[in-house]
Amino acid sequence: MNWRKLGIFLLMLVFAATMVVGCGDSQDNDAQAPDQSQQEEFKVGFIYIGAPGDAGWTFAHDQGRKYLEEQIPGIKTITLENVPEGADAERSIEQLVQEGCQVVIANSFGYGDPMLEVAKRYPDVSFLHCSGLSTADNVSTFFGRIYQARYLSGMIAGAMTETNKIGYAAAYAIPEVIRGINAFTLGVQAVNPDATVQVVWSNTWVDPTLEKQAAESLIAAGCDVLAQHADTPAVQQAAQDAGILSVGYNSDMRKFAPDANLTSPVWNWGPYYVRAISGIMDGTWESEAYWGGMVDGIVDLAPIADKVPTEVKDQVAAKKQEIIQGEWDVFMGPVKAQDGTVKVPEGQVMTDDEMLSMDWFVYGVEGTIE
Amino acid sequence: MRLRLVRRNNDSWLIKVAVPIASILLAILVGWIFLALSGYEAAETYRRMFYGAFGSAYNISETIVKAIPLALAGLAVSVAFRMKLWNIGAEGQLYMGAFAAGGVVMMLGDWPSILLLPLMMVAGFIAGALWGFIPGVLRALWNVNETITSLLLNYVAIAWVGFWVFGPWKDPNAMGFPLAPRFPEAAYLPVIPGSRVHIGILVAILVAIVLYIVLKYTRWGYEVRVTGESQEAARYAGMDVAKNIILVMLISGGIAGITGMIEVSGITHRLQQDISAGYGYTGIIVAWLARLNPFAILLVAFLFGALLVGGFGVQTYGIPYAIVLMLQGAVLFFLLAGEIMMKNRVIISRED
Repeated sequence: MNWRKLGIFLLMLVFAATMVVGCGDSQDNDAQAPDQSQQEEFKVGFIYIGAPGDAGWTFAHDQGRKYLEEQIPGIKTITLENVPEGADAERSIEQLVQEGCQVVIANSFGYGDPMLEVAKRYPDVSFLHCSGLSTADNVSTFFGRIYQARYLSGMIAGAMTETNKIGYAAAYAIPEVIRGINAFTLGVQAVNPDATVQVVWSNTWVDPTLEKQAAESLIAAGCDVLAQHADTPAVQQAAQDAGILSVGYNSDMRKFAPDANLTSPVWNWGPYYVRAISGIMDGTWESEAYWGGMVDGIVDLAPIADKVPTEVKDQVAAKKQEIIQGEWDVFMGPVKAQDGTVKVPEGQVMTDDEMLSMDWFVYGVEGTIE
Repeated sequence: MRLRLVRRNNDSWLIKVAVPIASILLAILVGWIFLALSGYEAAETYRRMFYGAFGSAYNISETIVKAIPLALAGLAVSVAFRMKLWNIGAEGQLYMGAFAAGGVVMMLGDWPSILLLPLMMVAGFIAGALWGFIPGVLRALWNVNETITSLLLNYVAIAWVGFWVFGPWKDPNAMGFPLAPRFPEAAYLPVIPGSRVHIGILVAILVAIVLYIVLKYTRWGYEVRVTGESQEAARYAGMDVAKNIILVMLISGGIAGITGMIEVSGITHRLQQDISAGYGYTGIIVAWLARLNPFAILLVAFLFGALLVGGFGVQTYGIPYAIVLMLQGAVLFFLLAGEIMMKNRVIISRED
């Protein structure tokens, strides 16, 4: 093709493409401003840190979104997924409001500042921030006491380990994750005082490759049960491949590791969404910092694998009842710190604030907080 | 049959304009077919993409907000690329700049804006420059490949910022979360009221003007260009190549450092993780698409910002993020392919 032919070809292409775009434009005219016509319906927007396909954290939230749509007819939901926690978050939240959402729900801690910014501009819109820190008149935070389910899963892991080395692939050294590791370890120690929990930090919420690497380093260290605080099932798959056992997180991860998976502490956001949105719709909602437990159904334990002995299952079921009845909770004394000193004396219980800012490991954890 | 690329010398204006436009239209066409086959309304998808980037004053302002760090990062790497120094480390230099600016606020947070902001900017420049200096000096004195050293230093810089926000600078009121304390308002960059467009836009334009003048009209700029064409020739002409390599990496890193300062001071208002959405890397593409011309970098950064901002928002129309990436990727793919076609002639020979 010579020079001139190429030029002609390109020009033709420009014309052809212009026509295509031109046709598109003319179609748009009748469909202009589609958002305005839908103002009657109640719109809820979701900001996701990952994608529902992660089969974990965001998947669980998306299940909650679907539940919300089923339970309250006429609700319309829109989502933005893979929203980074930095500069893009504020624009994304703003976009959902501008598209007519009366409620915006965001599912990661890092959305706090931008959400408060947008909330200031739209006092009539309600904002729900999962795992958030600060509330405002129209900004609520919500989270669940997943540590309760983690304790129960720790009991199962402690009963099932043979090497007495349990691995824990953890995301970031923040209170939420540390609390989960501690609760899990207390559960392990309750049934098996000889077992320890080794912690490896992946420093990411969503990265299957790094999560898998963390799992493999734990396997190499001799762990025969792996637990995780990460968004995807990568750790489960690594355990399955290595022929060892595992405890999932976020959603029932059985299908990703049918032989390895023992159970998973799971989130159940749907009922909370329904309660919050109904309250907002009928005007009875007031800003709150919600931290629900097993008794509210926001956290639970996925079905336990058949290979777990019945005595263990019964033990777990009994403990679960104690938690639900409010007779007992995980961080009730005596709780020892990593070095063996008593952190919570017998007869005392940690307050919510103490749990929410937890920055120390319990006895039985091997590893350091960065 | 063989395909060969032969560099062409004549660059007509028609081609320079027609090829990028044709590339974008071709990308839209491919995306259009893809969307139609996947059962999505292509026309509405592209309309929303356009609307998301340019459809309202707010949307345009957000496109500009996105364009500012892209432009500065693009300008940063373009200086090094002029000399055929492959500074892949703008991301890390950006983080070091953000770190230094954050450090100034931690220490002198009660100073007035008029002193604090310039100081933050100077600190950001110096920290970024130092981070560029390391690969620069390694390359100048021992001929260590700067592509690899600058790239690897990115991870060090990101981990370094992580260390400070997880450790010594962690906000005691953040209940253990990895955030440095929020800046006092004196450390915020001034913004156009009602938007997030901050004074960084003027910084980007100023940097572009200065770079243009320095590279085109000064003796040193001439040396940089000659060294970029041929280091041997530069040496033969008596230029101090080693000194220029170090200088160029200092400036390149320094501008990237300013980018980081501007992002923490103008947008996040605190030192934290995830300051950059990969600006240091995207800046490389911006610089190349603009053919290293400072003013073209400003324009390309704006269009690139539009592509990112407009594309991202299409999700609310039910388009999954994976398809958004595919549509954005198609635009880049065709633009870069067009770039090759523009610079080279394709020769098909049938001999073997």
